[in-house]
Parts: sequence; structure tokens; C-alpha cells
Amino acid sequence: MGRELIRLVDCCMSYDGEQVLDHINLYINDREFLTLLGPSGCGKTTTLRIIGGFTTPVAGEVLFDGRRMNDIPPHQRQVNTVFQRYALFPHLNVFENVAFGLRIPKVVEEERGGKTVKRKKKLPEKEIQERVLEMLEVVSLKGFENRRIHELSGGQQQRVAIARALVNRPKVLLLDEPLGALDLRLRKDMQSELKRIQQQMGITFVYVTHDQEEALAMSDTIVVMDQGRIQQIGTPEDIYNEPKNAFVADFIGESNILDGIMHEDYLVEFFNRKFKCLDKGFAPMEPVDVVIRPEDVDIVPVEKGQLRGTVTAVTFKGVHYDTIVDFKGFKWLIQTTDFHPVGEVIGIVLNPDDIHIMHKSQYSGMFGDYSSYSEEYDEMDDVTLLDEEADGEEAEDDEE
Amino acid sequence: MKNRRSLFALPYVVWMALFVVAPILLVVVYAFSSAAGGATLENFRDMGGYWVVFLRSFELAVVATAVCLVIGYPISYLMAREGPRFQRVATVLIMLPMWMNFLLRTYAWMSILENTGLLNRLFSAIRLFDLVNAVSGALNSAFGLKLATDVQYFQMINTSGAVVLGMVYNYLPFMILPIYSVLAKMDRSLLEAARDLGASPAAAFRRVILPLSLPGVLSGVTMVFVPSVSTFAISRLLGGSNVMLLGNLIELQFTGSSYDPQLGSAISLVMMVIVVACMYVMNRFGEGEEQAVML
Repeated sequence: MGRELIRLVDCCMSYDGEQVLDHINLYINDREFLTLLGPSGCGKTTTLRIIGGFTTPVAGEVLFDGRRMNDIPPHQRQVNTVFQRYALFPHLNVFENVAFGLRIPKVVEEERGGKTVKRKKKLPEKEIQERVLEMLEVVSLKGFENRRIHELSGGQQQRVAIARALVNRPKVLLLDEPLGALDLRLRKDMQSELKRIQQQMGITFVYVTHDQEEALAMSDTIVVMDQGRIQQIGTPEDIYNEPKNAFVADFIGESNILDGIMHEDYLVEFFNRKFKCLDKGFAPMEPVDVVIRPEDVDIVPVEKGQLRGTVTAVTFKGVHYDTIVDFKGFKWLIQTTDFHPVGEVIGIVLNPDDIHIMHKSQYSGMFGDYSSYSEEYDEMDDVTLLDEEADGEEAEDDEE
Repeated sequence: MKNRRSLFALPYVVWMALFVVAPILLVVVYAFSSAAGGATLENFRDMGGYWVVFLRSFELAVVATAVCLVIGYPISYLMAREGPRFQRVATVLIMLPMWMNFLLRTYAWMSILENTGLLNRLFSAIRLFDLVNAVSGALNSAFGLKLATDVQYFQMINTSGAVVLGMVYNYLPFMILPIYSVLAKMDRSLLEAARDLGASPAAAFRRVILPLSLPGVLSGVTMVFVPSVSTFAISRLLGGSNVMLLGNLIELQFTGSSYDPQLGSAISLVMMVIVVACMYVMNRFGEGEEQAVML
């Protein structure tokens, strides 16, 4: 990863008096794969559109290489975009779609008679041919030059959209939920494909998604957003292992989030019992949120357990079982490879590195309780569906 | 199952046969028969004398269609681009005149364009004719010209211009609505994509919006051109006896003193063939884009 390329300083945005971005501060490095992750309406698409130049922030600065770019239109930034629904030109074939940007005459400055003159210059046809074919090869669409857009599958259209953006050799490629319309299998394939293309081209990708798995799998850096604010910036490992607040802990993966009290450095109390942990720097007796990942909990016989609970539901998930365990009325999700039937009383052991402590935040008490387990899962399915629809609307709203 | 479905289709088949196919067949039969009965090509030979009318009809229809396109496209574009409020107001303004009777609207233009009509009275009231006459007089004495200096009114009614005006006024909505519906359906991100790829607003319009809106333009052109080329009411009311078009010529063969339905049928047939040929060529031209919009 290279030096800093783009920086957003205190960017704010509002539509009709409603604030959609609240002091966004962010920098993006050269050759970085950065993902803006969050639920629909969190401001991630707006942030992308600000970088792309389709939206101007009402306050704050957009800097490219340290130069203010707020009012520079999209085509004068070294940025290209892959749109949510691809936005391929239906009247052109694959070749002409990819060649579109190359066929636009560029203004170049030339030395002529000791003076610099600005002149519009067209690329020679031969160079256009070469660059388009080369790019089609990068996205594995060699031989598709003469196909019409509607003859392509969703995945192929996706590749054309990527080639069309990359052929202009941008420094930054913006991708707005590019895999949203593809089915699961294709999405997985395209994830590794995108990563490969990014590394092969050696450029920066800024990627918008609401799919945390996608974000974890591809990104160098993840920016978690909610309600127009950045909740956390970090590597996928950081975000997963050291979530900053209950929102991040819940949005990225599954989490049990409990109320606790930090007695002193490395010692936290919850369920009236003290546990050793690896966190420090909290005020003495500070109320905190305690995050325990479902896969970190070890189930042991009752007599060996630090806590004792009763299994209330089990779901087979393939690799593991989702086991819901009731601890004094608070239900945890525990993922184990061993089967424990409903009604069984079990003990659990938590090691210090299984426990993660967070400061209380506005999100405390909103997430991380699996008491309404089955509904929560239904709800999550709904959220995924709604997300996709709502994001479409979000994008359209943005344009107005 | 199949039988039942064709049973449902029967009324439509009968309707089409009775009111579409049969009249056309009758026209064909009449066109190739003489007044006394019996097959002949004479009607087509007689038609030769009217080639001026053919030419004039197509000329005026082409001009009216072109004017409609020039006025209609920007309006459609604005309607599709501006907010829903502008679009609603514009739609009402465009549709409003169409709720009035076609003849009434055209009669209204008559009383506006007449020699003693609204416009000429207005010009007279602002002393425009005095000014024109004075200028003409000055030019006459300066350059020895012989311009008229006693102009009392502008001749607007009974000119080709008035007929074209009537066509444009009556058929403009048929140009605007199809273009608008194509433009409104267009995905706005296409425009953003073009801008993103370096196109200026003008280039984005030329390379993306215009080609994608061609199907709308084609159907607009068809819907204006066909009624324009065959109109007889507009040309009779606004063109008088000076501007005889195909529609008037055909009408004359059926209702006038020169009663000759065979000749009238022959003219109709030739006009129909020419119009169908024009449409065919145009639609072939736009076929590629048609597919694109269906996508």
C-alpha cells in the first residue's frame, strides 16, 4: 500500500434539512482496497458519490493528492465508477461500451512555437483497439467484443462495467454495490476476481457494500458507517476482533453483548462474576459493553464451567451448530461443532482473549441479545432484502 | 383449450375483417376498376396530372414533422429531466388543447389568421403597417424599388405556412409524448456513467441520450407525419383553395362535383403505399435501437 491519495476532511451532507453525512474524516491510500460498509441509509453511497464528484458536500473538503477537489466535475478527476446496476450503454456492443471513455477527445496541453496551447486530441484507433482488447482480457471477456449488452449474463455485464471503467486508467475505481444483483455463487467468484483485478492493475478500489462477509473477504481497510457517521476504521481483523461499539460488534459477524463493569485493568465483572481479560485503560468501575463472539465460547461439563446455562434451541448450520443457551434469562448464541440437545445444562469457559471490552455508546443495549432468536434470524433475512431495495432508492434520491 | 381461446378472439377477427381488411380490399378493387366496371389501369394514368398535389402534401408534412421535432424534443427532454411538478404542469398544458374539438381548434386559428383577424387587428392597432409602409416608401425612394406602400394586412390565412402551423399545432403532442416516455424511462445512471467516462454534457447527449431516444423520435415522426400527409380539414380551413393537399383531392373525388370514387381510391392506394414504404424504411433504420430500449 502506497502513500495517501484521497482525504475527506469534515465532510457533511444533507438533503432537505436531513443530515446524511456528519463530519466524515477519512483518508485513502494509493493501491488500497477500502470498503465503506454499513446498512442502507448509513451514508456510504453518498460518501462514494462525493469522492466520484457526483455530489458536492455542503461542508468540508475533498482532497486528491492534497489538492481541493470539491467542485471538480467527475470527468476531471482520475476516478471512474462501476455503477450499482452497471449502467452499460444498451445501444453499444461490448467493445464500444469499453471504448466509450477512450473515444472522448481529451484536452491536452502542447508546446507549439514556445507557447503551450490546449488542444482536443483523439486517441488513434489502433491504440483504442489495443487497450480495449487488453482490458477485456483482464476481465476474462476475450471474444465477447461484438456481443450486445442484453445478450450477456449479469456476471458478464458486471465485467464489462469494470473493464469500461478501468480502460481509462483511473487512479481510483469506485464500486457501488457492484455484486448486489448477482446470485450468491457468482458473487463469491466475483469477489476473488475483483481482488485479483485490483492487484493486477495496482490501483485503489473504493468499494461500497452492506455485506459484511464481502467486506471482510476483500478489503485492506474497512470503514464501518451508520447514521451518517464513521463508527470504526480498521483492517478486517481489527474490526472483527476489536469492535469499537455495540453497533460494529453486531454488524460484523455475530456477537453476544453483555453489560459489565470494568473493575481495574484486565479485570471485568459480568453475571456477578469476575473474568480476566486483555483490555485496559478504562476508568475504575466503569460500566462497559462486553463482546463475546459465538465461536469463542468453549462448552464444558457443568462442574468445570465458569457459568452455567440451559440449551433452549439448536440449529444445524453445516460446519457448526447454532446453539442458544439461556444464562439467567439472557440468551447467548454459541457456535460449536458438538451437538448439545435442547434442555441440556452446560457449563462454559471464557479465556481472557475471548472477551472484548467496549466503552458504552448510543448503541448499548440495542444489540447482542439472542432472547428473540428465531425472530432475529427472520428479521435479518428481511434486512438483506430491504437493504437492496432501499439502497436502490437511496441512490435515486441522491440524484435529485 | 386452444379452441376456446380462438373463440374469444373471434369478435376481434370479425371486427378486423369487417372494418380494416374489407375497406382496404374495396379501395384496391375500386382503384383497379373503371366507372363502367371492369379492370383498368386508367385511374393511375389519370392521377399523373396531380403530381403537384402529391409533392405539396409530402413537402408540407415533412416540414410540419420537422418543426414538431425541433419544438417537441427539447420540451420532452425538459419534461423528463425536470422535477415531477414541471412535468405535471407541462403535461396538462400539452394535453389541454386536445380536450377541445379538433375542428373548433382549427376554426380558432382561422379567426386569428384571417385578413381581418385577431393578429392583423393587433398589428394594425400597434401601427405596424404604417411602419412597414413607411420603411417600404423610404426604400423605394432610396433604391428605386417598387415595394407596396399601402399594406393593410398580412396575408396569413390560405397560405402553406398557415397549413403547416395548423399541422404543428394539432399534432405536436403526438411528437412530444412518445419521445418523453422513452426519455423518462431512461436510466439516469447512464448519463452519470457517460459523464464519469469523460463526456461533456453535450457529448453525453450526443453519444448516449440521443441514440437511445431514437425509437421515441421514430414513433413521434410517424404519428405526426401520417396524419399530416393525409389531412384535409386543416388544409381546407387554413389553406382554402390555394393549398390543395392529397386529402382534399381524395375528398373531392367522393363528395365534389367531379364524382370519381375509382380515381379517389387509386390516389388513396398510392398514398398508402408511399406512406407504408416510408415507415418501413424508417423502422429498419431504427431497428437496432428498438431492441436496446426493450432491454
